[in-house]
Amino acid sequence: MNLIKSRLFQSTFWFRLAALFSLFLLGGCADNWGWYVVNPATETGRQNLAFLIDGLYYTMALSVTAISISICLGLIVALPGLSVRRMPKTINRVFVELVRAIPILVLILWVYYGLPQVAGISISVFWAGVLALAISDSAFQAEIFRAGIQSIDRGQYEAAQSISLNYRNTMRYVILPQAIKRILPALGNQLVYMLKMSSLVSVIGMQELTRRANELVVTEYRPLEIYTILVLEYLVVILIVSAGVRWLERRLDTS
Amino acid sequence: MTKPSTQPFIQIQNVSKYFDQFCALDTVSLDIALGQKLVICGPSGSGKSTLIRCINRLEIHEKGEIFIDGKIVDGSPAGRNVLRNNVGMVFQQFNLFPHLTIIENLMLGPLRARHLPESEARDLAMQYLERVRIPEQLDKYPAQLSGGQQQRVAIARALCMMPKIMLFDEPTSALDPEMIAEVLDVIEELADSGMTMICVTHEMGFARQVADMMLFMDHGKIVETGPPKTFFTTPKSDRCKLFLSQILRH
Repeated sequence: MNLIKSRLFQSTFWFRLAALFSLFLLGGCADNWGWYVVNPATETGRQNLAFLIDGLYYTMALSVTAISISICLGLIVALPGLSVRRMPKTINRVFVELVRAIPILVLILWVYYGLPQVAGISISVFWAGVLALAISDSAFQAEIFRAGIQSIDRGQYEAAQSISLNYRNTMRYVILPQAIKRILPALGNQLVYMLKMSSLVSVIGMQELTRRANELVVTEYRPLEIYTILVLEYLVVILIVSAGVRWLERRLDTS
Repeated sequence: MTKPSTQPFIQIQNVSKYFDQFCALDTVSLDIALGQKLVICGPSGSGKSTLIRCINRLEIHEKGEIFIDGKIVDGSPAGRNVLRNNVGMVFQQFNLFPHLTIIENLMLGPLRARHLPESEARDLAMQYLERVRIPEQLDKYPAQLSGGQQQRVAIARALCMMPKIMLFDEPTSALDPEMIAEVLDVIEELADSGMTMICVTHEMGFARQVADMMLFMDHGKIVETGPPKTFFTTPKSDRCKLFLSQILRH
């Protein structure tokens, strides 16, 4: 057991594994690869690549819009959860438990196909996706905010009260600025999670990264290459976003 | 209500406070006049902090009433108004806002609770920062200051609300020994300027100097009161005698 464990932490082990894996992919089944579909040296390859990468705009727009809404919604849901009274607390618990129990994919389908009938409105694919992602994420955001706000020392509330700040101003000027700094790593995680979950919106026809890859696979019959590109696309975007969040954290930390 | 001129500024009438089963304050009554300087001492858990925290409603008492300037202090808007216009507080742990600069810490109350215009709030903050002798630190963050400086900022922050009475909850207990004097000097100056104050402290030298009334508490009750002269030399109760002999031994 110990032997296996210590091996897992050695970088050489991972290198060997990666080398073996790429041999298997590139060498072992070389006949099956057809990189021409995304070869930037050819006209079709370039077109296909552009088609795939263009989806990035929608993936980003979906994720960023959804997370902005879910942060606001999460805060609104978190605040009653911090109350000492039972009623607001119950509302918070019911919302969080209910929303967390619904799979995102199911919520997306319901919002797109069900909500227009229930509410008698028409809703675009984009906003259906945003709404479903935002609602689903808001339950997690609410829990993050609640933990962040609860981590602020009682003395901060008392000091705010001693200079007669009301609840709103206490939250706005004293508690939330400190809480947000503390929950920033968790918010960054949520953004990464959201970028990944946005791929599910492809099922209702949103032209984001995953949908584009699917459509190209249907016309080109090259799932291996196209989905490999798709994996790389998500990888690059998410690594960049993670680096951005870390940079923001450092910046806030020094001030 | 009698004539306002003879009326004590703060009236505490039969106030009791419980933490679950534990009785932190047991029907405490106390009058404080404007200009008075009251020092409260007693063993830990005796209710001295709870008493001053009840005055500005950081703790909510279960029984009895507290009046400030003849108006009852409760959770109503009027009660909060009375507190805003009259009472400032300084904490043991300073409780400065770590994400705001010193000047922002001082301006927050005047801007957001008293609704002063920005320039006026800034002038007020600078005025009190000079009074606690650290005007040059205005753009630093609390963590960049020493404990003594932080506590002086906290005093200035409370003063920016223009209170008529200041509550000090063990203001030097969290300080390194060499920083106690600079904080006590500021409080002493404030006392000399005529500020009404209630101070919970174990600094008996300071108490002797500043207090015009001493108050000894034990088990949620006021055991003994008196001017510092007689309080320190001839305490009446055995409990107070024992306490003083313990803390004045060294």
